[in-house]
This record gives sequence, C-alpha cells and structure tokens, in this order.
Amino acid sequence: MHSELSARAKSLSALLPKWLRDDRKIAILMLAPSIIAVAVFIYVFMGWTLYISFSNWDRPALDLSFAGLKNWQRLVNDPRFHIDLRNLVLFAVGYMSQCIVIGFLLAALLNERIRGEVFFRTVFLMPFAVSAVVSGTAWRWLQVPSAGINLLIANMGFENFRPLWYMHPKLGMLAITIMGAWQFSGFVMALYLAGLRAIPDELREAAVIDGAGTIALYRHVFIPMLRPVTFTAIVLTGAGSIGNFEIPSIIGTGPGFATDTLGFYMFEQTFRSSRYGLGAAVATFMLVLSIPLILPYLISVLREEKE
Amino acid sequence: MSWRRLLAGSTKYAVLIAFAAFYLVPFYVMILTGLKPLEDISSFEIWNMPKSLDFGSFREAWNQMDSNFWNSVRITIPGAIVSTFLGSLNGYVFAKWGFRGSNVILFLFVFGLFLPGQGILIPLVWVLQFMGLYGKVNGLIMAYCIFGIPITSLLFYRYYASVPDELVDASKIDGCGFFGIYRRIILPLSGPTFAVVGVWQCTRIWNEYLMALVVLGNPARAPVTVAIKNFSSMGVIPWNLQMAAALIASVPTIAVYLMLGKLFMRGLLEGSLSG
Repeated sequence: MHSELSARAKSLSALLPKWLRDDRKIAILMLAPSIIAVAVFIYVFMGWTLYISFSNWDRPALDLSFAGLKNWQRLVNDPRFHIDLRNLVLFAVGYMSQCIVIGFLLAALLNERIRGEVFFRTVFLMPFAVSAVVSGTAWRWLQVPSAGINLLIANMGFENFRPLWYMHPKLGMLAITIMGAWQFSGFVMALYLAGLRAIPDELREAAVIDGAGTIALYRHVFIPMLRPVTFTAIVLTGAGSIGNFEIPSIIGTGPGFATDTLGFYMFEQTFRSSRYGLGAAVATFMLVLSIPLILPYLISVLREEKE
Repeated sequence: MSWRRLLAGSTKYAVLIAFAAFYLVPFYVMILTGLKPLEDISSFEIWNMPKSLDFGSFREAWNQMDSNFWNSVRITIPGAIVSTFLGSLNGYVFAKWGFRGSNVILFLFVFGLFLPGQGILIPLVWVLQFMGLYGKVNGLIMAYCIFGIPITSLLFYRYYASVPDELVDASKIDGCGFFGIYRRIILPLSGPTFAVVGVWQCTRIWNEYLMALVVLGNPARAPVTVAIKNFSSMGVIPWNLQMAAALIASVPTIAVYLMLGKLFMRGLLEGSLSG
C-alpha cells in the first residue's frame, strides 16, 4: 500500500514540468505567496508610510507630491506631539514596572506549592483573554472620579483621598497604566512561572544546602537565571507601550491630552482629519522607536536557538 | 518558628487573594452593572447589588449588537483557519526544507510581529480601496490572514523544528516527496499545534480593534470590538448597555480560555519566543 501510493505519487510527479519535480523548488514555491504577502504588506507598506510622511497628502484626495520635511516640521512643532512623548514615558514607566513587578511577584508566590494554584493562575490570566477595548470600558466606569473605586476608598475611611484617575490633567496617564497592567501582568506572570519551573530543583537544593535563605536564593540564583524572561517581558511591554491605542480610543484623550498616545494621535490625524502626511510621520516615528527595542531581542533569541 | 511560618503562609495567600480580587473586580462590576436597568444606574450605586435580576440591558445590548457579533464570527473563523494552515505550511518549509536565506526570511517574518500596526495602516487602506475590499468583511479577513502569517509560521516552525529530521529522511528514502512527507509525517503529528495556533489566532482576531476600526468602521459591518466603542461614544453614556455589550463581546474568548487554558498558555509561551 505504502509503495503503491508512492509509486502513484511518482507517476503523478512525472506529469509536472521538470523543474517542478525538485522538492526543494516546490518548497520555495509553497512559501512564495507568504513571502510576497509579508514583503508587500509589512515591508513595502512601511517604506510607503515613510514616503507618505514626505508627501503633500493632507486632504482626502491622494497627493503623493514631494513635500520635503514639511510634515516632520509640523510634527516636531506640534504641542500635542510633545505631550504624547511625555505620555509615552509616563505610560512605559508605569506599565512596564507594574507588569514586571506584579508578574514576577505572582509567579514567585505560585511557585511555592500553593493550594488552589490552578484557580489563581486562571484568574490572573483571564483579563488577557478579553479585548483591550473591554478593559478600557470596564475601568472607565471604575475610575469615574466622583464614585467608582473612590467610593470604596471613602468607605474605608479615607474620604479626603479622591484621585481624579484618568481625568487628572497631569498624571492621567498613570491611571491608564493600571488598565494596561490589569490585562498584561498575568501574561508576564505566566512567562516567569514557566521560567521558574524550568529551573532544576537540584540548583535550589544546592543553594539551600549552602545556607541561602529565600531572599538570597532569589537574588543570587533565580533572578539572574530568569534574565532572558525579564528581557522578553521588557520587549513585549515596551512594544505594547509604543503601540498603545485602544484605551485612549475608548476613554478619550482627557483634559489637555493628558491620556493621549502616539497611536491615537496618528489615528486621529490620518483618519479623522485626513492629514495623511502628518499621520505617516507619526507612524514612521513609532516604527523607528520600536526597532532598537526589537532588534537586540530577536538577535539574542536567535543566537540562543542556534546553540 | 512555626509562628513565623504560619505568618509567612497566610501573607502569601493574602497577597494572592488580593490580586485575584484586582483581576476579578472589573468582571464583577460589568456583571453587576449589566444586570441593572438604566434608571438604577448611578455612579454612586456602582457597588450596590441590583434590586432584582433584570436581563433587560443584556437583551437591549444584544439587539443592538447581534449583527456585529455575527460579523466577528464571520471574520474570525475564516481568518483563523486560513492563517493557521498557511502557518503550518510555512513552518514545515522553514523547519524541514530550509534553503539559503530561509533563516533571514523567518527573521524578517518574526520582526514584523512586534512592530506597531500604525506603521502599515495608511497603505493598507489605500490597497484595500484599490482592490475594492475597503469597508468589506473580506478585506479585513484578508488583512488578518496576511498579518497572521508571522506568528503562525513562527509557532509551527518551532514545533516542526523539534520533529526529528530522521523521520523526514526515512520517508524521503521511501520515495515520499514534499507533499507526501507533509501528509504522512508532519500533519499526523500536528494536531496539538493546530489547536494551539487556532486558539491563539481566534482570540487575537476576535479581540483586534485598530485594524477593524479603520477597515470596517461602518457600524453595521463592524465587529464587536468596534461596536463596544460605538456604545461608549453616545451622548449620555448608558453604562448598563456598555457593560452588557463588553461582557457579551468577551463571552466567546473567555469560554475558549476557560475550556482550553492549556493551549492558550502554550501559544502565549511559544509566541513570545520563550517556550
């Protein structure tokens, strides 16, 4: 049966033109549509976006005439862009630190042979299964300054502590980091937990025999060994900070653009105001920001996989 | 010593329970608010239990978004299936038929994975308009299939790379070609990976928002994520409808996550390159 099938396959392949009988060529042929699609839809498109950022296209009708640095000058002089840069720093600091610290803490606790581990793990990762739009919607309701969480805080006796959350004209961005971390810290927890589980028990035992306490164990053994996981978490949360779009789209940009982001600014300029050139400049800027974050990561992962 | 151990043990659980509450509160409030009729919605009563069980908000939200829900289904299923199959084929080529430069191509695929979507939006709209697919469900499906290629190829590649080359070489000697090996050796081993990648793609496509908003902004054709946004930009915010809508939109992905959590977890670990 086996040989019969392969004999049939052989006779079939005899019908194909000669150059197609080579399996290696068939393989390349099968991959070709994907290569072309990715090349066009990712790389040509990125180049195109770059080009549009140098064009005069600032109304609905297509206009690709060369405008030099006009859009870039407009971008650099736009106060909203300055606010967005500040917001990016605020968001990245708040979001990345929450995700990494909470993710690590929860993974370390879950690694301690906890009763109900599956329950906790499931709950911690559940927000990641829903859309960021859902996160923004629920948290917007919870962070209404006159009520929501503030009501709980007041009931606990801290009536004078009434943060404005995402309505805060300066620090609204930090309130948004909570919405982001709510979704992604569970993901980081899962990464760390997998990393911790991969550390051989002998290592821990050896360190304990050497007299290491829990803190020393983490400081000198676990945290250094988990460095690749931390690297992954930094890259993923960093990329998430740059691309942040959903939450401002749901809750608005706040007073004085306090909760605006580059991603939302790009969207509004391009698809609401038809300033395609300016939008493309913002998009290009976002791409350029991402490269130094991703490149070292991918190179280090690839090098590791080769070994 | 035992006192200290007891204290340490209960602190652990206290921290875990506190965080479990943090992750669950938004779901709790969504359910609570969704179960109240509009006249009982006041931000001061956010924590109060509903006076009686009232599914009116869910019914109303569903009536307003049922077409969006089915749009999401119509987009997610073909998008996930096509991108998963493409990923399997590509992963097979990358892992077992590597050619000069195939590593560079894989690298470029993966690189695209981490870039912000805004970088390709303007040309995407332009090309979809050119193809007559802008504002159409098929246009968005096509976009999801293409932008799904990097992650699905990567996930399959990582799995197929772990399939011993000897298996492939042995069937080459038996006279199997490219497709013969794929069908007899690779596909029968791929079931679990298909499940992992399929679950991952379904969740990602269902939850996607930016591209959906740009390509399918039209309220009648939009998927659920865009429909939630439309609830939130009404003049006076109908919190009950919004929460009900957000919950309805989350039911499929939460159900998949609760039933297939292990697959979900594997997709997460492999996709972040740390599995």
